[in-house]
Amino acid sequence: MLLDKSIQELHAGLTKREFSSEDLVRECYLNIEKYQTKLNAFITLVDKEKALQEAKQKDRDFKPGVSKLYGLPYVLKDAYISEDMRTTAASHVLADFIPPYDSTVNKKLKKSGAILIGKMNMDAWGHGGSSENTDFGPVKNPWDTSRVAGGSSGGPAVAISTRMAVFAIGEDTGGSIRNPAAWCNITGLKVTYGRVSRYGTIAYASSFDTVGPMAKTAEDCAVVLEAIAGCDPYDSTSSPIPTEKYVDLLKKNTRNKIVIGVPSEFFGKGLDLEIKTAIESTHKTFASLGMNINEISMPLFDYGLPVYYLIGPSETSSNLARYDGIRFGNNREKFSQETMRRIMMGTYALSAGYYDAYYKKAQKVRTLFIREYEKALAECDVILMPVTPTPPSKIGELLTDPLSILLADIYTSTQNPVGVPSLALPAGFTKNKLPIGMQIVGPMFSESLLLTIGHLYQQKTDWHLRKPILVFNKD
Amino acid sequence: MTKYTPVIGLEIHIELKTLSKTFCGCRNDPFNAKEPNIYTCPVCLGLPGALPVPNKKAIEWTMLLGKALNCKINTVSKFDRKHYFYPDLPKGYQISQYDEPIASQGWVKIKNQISNSKDKSNEEKKIRIHRVHLEEDTGKLMHSGVDTLIDFNRSGVPLVEVVTEADFDNSDDVKAFLIKLHNIIVNLGVSDANMEKGSMRLEPNISVRKADQKTLPSYKVEVKNINSFNFVKKAIDYEVERHIEILERDEIPTQETRGFVEKTSSTVSQRSKEEAHDYRYFPEPDIPPLEFEQEYIDSIKVPELADDRKQTLMQAPHNLEENLAENVSLSKAVTDYYLSVFTLTHSHPELSGINVAKTLANLILNKKLFQNYPDPQESAIYVIETIKPKKTDMKLLGSLIERVIASNKKTVEDYNRGKENAIMYLVGQVMKEMKGKADPLKVKEALLKKLKKE
Repeated sequence: MLLDKSIQELHAGLTKREFSSEDLVRECYLNIEKYQTKLNAFITLVDKEKALQEAKQKDRDFKPGVSKLYGLPYVLKDAYISEDMRTTAASHVLADFIPPYDSTVNKKLKKSGAILIGKMNMDAWGHGGSSENTDFGPVKNPWDTSRVAGGSSGGPAVAISTRMAVFAIGEDTGGSIRNPAAWCNITGLKVTYGRVSRYGTIAYASSFDTVGPMAKTAEDCAVVLEAIAGCDPYDSTSSPIPTEKYVDLLKKNTRNKIVIGVPSEFFGKGLDLEIKTAIESTHKTFASLGMNINEISMPLFDYGLPVYYLIGPSETSSNLARYDGIRFGNNREKFSQETMRRIMMGTYALSAGYYDAYYKKAQKVRTLFIREYEKALAECDVILMPVTPTPPSKIGELLTDPLSILLADIYTSTQNPVGVPSLALPAGFTKNKLPIGMQIVGPMFSESLLLTIGHLYQQKTDWHLRKPILVFNKD
Repeated sequence: MTKYTPVIGLEIHIELKTLSKTFCGCRNDPFNAKEPNIYTCPVCLGLPGALPVPNKKAIEWTMLLGKALNCKINTVSKFDRKHYFYPDLPKGYQISQYDEPIASQGWVKIKNQISNSKDKSNEEKKIRIHRVHLEEDTGKLMHSGVDTLIDFNRSGVPLVEVVTEADFDNSDDVKAFLIKLHNIIVNLGVSDANMEKGSMRLEPNISVRKADQKTLPSYKVEVKNINSFNFVKKAIDYEVERHIEILERDEIPTQETRGFVEKTSSTVSQRSKEEAHDYRYFPEPDIPPLEFEQEYIDSIKVPELADDRKQTLMQAPHNLEENLAENVSLSKAVTDYYLSVFTLTHSHPELSGINVAKTLANLILNKKLFQNYPDPQESAIYVIETIKPKKTDMKLLGSLIERVIASNKKTVEDYNRGKENAIMYLVGQVMKEMKGKADPLKVKEALLKKLKKE
């Protein structure tokens, strides 16, 4: 399958005319036709003929020196504004919204010559960790279709896992890239806040939201990151710190000895034993790569969820205020239960008389978390931790218990308030053949280091190469 | 009867005339837009995913106004979201500033309008400025028949809010303050400050306390929809009277927002305290906090304002009296004109002994000299010709005086009977006969001499 190849291999193949962009698009649609009805990854699929036409045009226009993403089919989480193409954030409130402009990330990808083939299913507005809180039906896990794909970027993760696209853009507010990456056995990067422009990203929690790549490998993520990172005059929270040559740097590890910190708090009560064992067994691999494992302590860990679930809903209650029923066609009653719950929580936390006790206190603890990460990262180069406390849950299981949805984010929700980057990548499987992910967290703007470590790890292991049974099936 | 003291504070909104809007690159010209919604983009329409980027000029002009109002310019500031639902507010919140405004703690001096001749120290009054902050304007609703349409041309236009302390106790001071503030804004060139169009909006907060009560009243009434300084005065006067009536009944006026009704010069209730908004302010996460270096703040210079010009005109070589100096100084153009003509005329040999400054100032203020002779050179020639002492033909004068005395016997009798003013009538008659070619002082002198002799 051509789509098993890495982006660099695909680029080389296209350059040598071993295959065409049209071939790649055909293969994507073949997989989409096979699996979409089973998995429900797409909300909006670009018309096949239109995508093929575009691919043929790209094949005709191919010139040496084009971007590595040129001619490659990709998908966007439906939180990204796409000009003249329906953008819903998986909510019926925006069921008919066709934006008149393009998000910066989509503009950059279009400019690189990549081909957008669809907008992906997700938890509406990013509210959830399972891609069940969607008005377009739950996304199913290709490793076990009775289970959830993870979320909120479930659709993009499934698309990569089942080879419906070469790469995807997810959005991570408290684990929304990493959680489905872990549960679908792909690689996803939550970037440093400010590394990639948020312009045109339908906001969940503005001070947490990050735009990042989801792909088969760390190397692919590096290629995509190079294309989308950088300061944007349309986003005043995007950083002027220069981007790096993430791909070239994968092979140039300038650090003598990488120290990986393992915080004991993240491997304690509540963590599934199989996940714990799988991640601990990566230590050997890291050691064989010449890296050191050091136990560290992050005692604030328990306060992560409260901070996340006070500031996140506060910001979302504000960000969703514009869907007041006057514009965009649909009324507020179209908001789902989970979204209404978060709007109510946030409105409460920001109300007069409660602001100091909830929102403001949470912001203070957020500052403590920033210091906690600074302290931890002074003792090591990166921190290794689980992505999720459990393997993917059964569909419907989380919906009956709103609190357990929150718990799914327990390991991924502390990085967003701090702003640090984190790479999620495959680390093994449960005995039931369900994927297990791990995440490597680094200092602000350490994407290059994280991708390098991930790349080195993936050179030594083959978890990331494994595909769900579905894809091997003859059906 | 108990004596009452009004307690009045002001909120003034001023639309800045920057080229582009507060948080996007759209043209800022809502009043001259040929059609609705032509100066809009994803940002000022509040489309999903759009993000605000602050306009540097708007921030600088807010600082400039703050400086002109003697405020402290804060080195750290931030934007906040202010939430409320209204169809003209596309995001469901307004980007404003809550607890860290760009400028705060200023003051403006006004002439005390209720003159107290015994106490000279009471002639000037300092009105404290609480804060000056930057926010975005809303769109505009247009009602036609049963339909309401929204025009977003104004959405996101930079709006500066000036808030005074509750330092006013009468509506005349309020009016004097507003005239002065308007003059400063126009002088800075940061806004048209046109109240009819709504680029300057006035909201007084009014309450009344017993004269011996030290603490602030427990309520206040905000009046909106006022578009002239006179209406502010009328609204305040109406409210103060209304509050006193209520207080006389031993009741407390309701805390509420009221609207001014021009036709009746009265106010009507719009919204009571129970319906008051909880704006749920929190820091705008889409815009990082603002930090300014002192050097940058210092580089923003307030140009010469009316008060500075007034000081210049009251000093040598002009030595204009205060009222005259103030009236000339109000406009920079008029002051510049005065100064040019003064330079060209004051040392002219034919004008020795004449108070050129005072005469010129009066000519400019009363005779529309500026309009008739916009060119200072031409104006100077006219001025010299007009005010130089007239050469008087003494021989002609002698014969004319005799003629005037002869034909105004009754007036002469009046004069002789002690009605001294009568002399001025005679001077006037002589001047008329001389066709203005005489120095009135000399005419008067000669007349007196003649009448004494008789």
